[in-house]
Amino acid sequence: MSKPLIELRNLTKRYNNTTAVDGINLTIKENEFVTLLGPSGCGKTTTLRMIGGFEDPDEGEILFEGKLLNNVPAYKRNVNTVFQRYALFTHMNVYENVAFGLRVKKIPNSEIDRRVKKMLKMVDLEGFENRNVDSLSGGQQQRVAIARALVNEPKVLLLDEPLGALDLKLRKEMQIELLDMQRSLGITFIYVTHDQEEALTMSDTVVVMNKGVIQQVGTPEDIYNEPINRFVAGFIGESNIIEGVMLEDYKVSFDGMVFDCVDKGFAPNEPVDIVIRPEDIRIVVNPEEGMIKGRVTSVVFKGVHYEMIIESDTREYLVQRTKMFPEGSIVGMNVQPADIQVMKRGSTPCNEEEG
Amino acid sequence: MQRRGRIAYPYTVWMVIFIVVPLFLILFYSFTEGDIHNIKDLRFSLNGYKKVLEPIYLKVIGDSFLLAGISTLICLIIGYPVAMIIANTDAKYRNLLLTLFIVPIWMNFLLRTYAWMSLLSPNGFLNRVLMWLGLPKLEIMPGKGAVLLGMVYNFLPFMILPIYTVLSKIDKSVIEAAHDLGGNNVVTFMRIILPLSVPGIVSGITMVFLPAVSTFVISGLLGGGKAPLIGDLIEQQFLSSRNWHFGSALSIILMIMILISMAIMSRIDKSEPEEERRKI
Repeated sequence: MSKPLIELRNLTKRYNNTTAVDGINLTIKENEFVTLLGPSGCGKTTTLRMIGGFEDPDEGEILFEGKLLNNVPAYKRNVNTVFQRYALFTHMNVYENVAFGLRVKKIPNSEIDRRVKKMLKMVDLEGFENRNVDSLSGGQQQRVAIARALVNEPKVLLLDEPLGALDLKLRKEMQIELLDMQRSLGITFIYVTHDQEEALTMSDTVVVMNKGVIQQVGTPEDIYNEPINRFVAGFIGESNIIEGVMLEDYKVSFDGMVFDCVDKGFAPNEPVDIVIRPEDIRIVVNPEEGMIKGRVTSVVFKGVHYEMIIESDTREYLVQRTKMFPEGSIVGMNVQPADIQVMKRGSTPCNEEEG
Repeated sequence: MQRRGRIAYPYTVWMVIFIVVPLFLILFYSFTEGDIHNIKDLRFSLNGYKKVLEPIYLKVIGDSFLLAGISTLICLIIGYPVAMIIANTDAKYRNLLLTLFIVPIWMNFLLRTYAWMSLLSPNGFLNRVLMWLGLPKLEIMPGKGAVLLGMVYNFLPFMILPIYTVLSKIDKSVIEAAHDLGGNNVVTFMRIILPLSVPGIVSGITMVFLPAVSTFVISGLLGGGKAPLIGDLIEQQFLSSRNWHFGSALSIILMIMILISMAIMSRIDKSEPEEERRKI
């Protein structure tokens, strides 16, 4: 895409005896929408707060346009933040909240007025200038928080689970609005969330974190289709994770059978983890036509599809299909070689258990 | 609702006997003159109030408000930073620190004032230390300086507590947001922290000023009659001069002035949006 804007090098943060962020390296480019994704306590918010200047790293460097940012106080960084619970100034009205950053910078009143009005128009809050922020709904407070940050025309906007407190419908709307703003303003967004769907919907790049360590960096498609390890596969979407052995290039064995796959570059007979997404398992009525035979033990209607659990001799498979097969029926299952994702086992210093 | 209302009856009776009736008696005495032990001898008069207007007494009232005002200001100047320090202290040590400032009020008020007497008196501890160091004697007691010191010492916790409470409730992310938007520490304090802590300042001022303006113990013990305050004057009228009418008039005047000050303070408080109500 374009040139690097922020670089994190071996960034580490410890609290007492726990390591919140453990030596992460990451390059964020201009105009990129980067999402830090992971379960609570994975270090994503801490990373964001170090970029914002609210936490001092114990080790490592933060570079902004090639310059060291570590010792620059938060108020001198060309970065603005949308906080988790908005953190609006309750003693000021909407207008003054948005104008705060510009007033601090001693910008002439006429320009403040122009920029604040333009920003309020952009977030759809025209006519709310004199309202007390306490009298606004959650969604409106969120918009004030976004306007208050964006009015300063930062190079980077940091968003710390900004939609966490909103209901599902509003959240979906805001996701689209945020994306529109990011595209039209050409600002780099660094977005923290634990919601994998939100991450996949909005990002150019998803950074999956666990226990202070980056697990995988990639486009949403990469992350979903080719998870690098068990943790990423389990965290992003639903999946069947199976232990197997890579016999040779393009041949993987699990459950006593050998399957064709598209992966290579493993040692002969290397133990691996295999991911098969539930929607990638095809069901055939005649059990003999399937690679794997199984019995349907549970059927749940999910709207767009049926979610079925099919028990083979060795394990249970989670399968999502638009066509329903009744409980108790014996069916066959097929998987395309491209839908078998083979992952190195223990390739990153993480473990699967974690809330 | 009806039945719950009945629970308030004893309280109502208590209020009538110990607050309403005495108040009306004071009001009654302030507008009369004559022998207080002989109801028939009492007649309507404004002499009590006229006496309040005599320059010597006006000066006492003025002194009281001035001393109370100065001590409130000193309490605010000392108390605000202290409250800020406590609020910003690590949670582990915060309660310890807070307790250190509150412990003095666990001791009897009179006892504390007597302690200051023996510290400050012409041959007291302080002066003996000064003499031992070869420094000149400090003669602040009896006098206004000692009264001021006593007021600040006694009432400081009442300034620290409400300000601390408000400061500790301010969401940390609001302060971070101010930094994030380019506000340095001074700007963040002036535009965010100070305005948000106004309710604490207002109740602190009220809680210090009111007891300070009506105290007679501190001025009596540490002022030694050199700086009589309105409280001393009232006490004197009831206990030694036996002029209940003048004492009552003084009390009513003091009460009215306190009510006016409270009204002004609550106005300042209300002019700020009520961030207190917001729960995060």
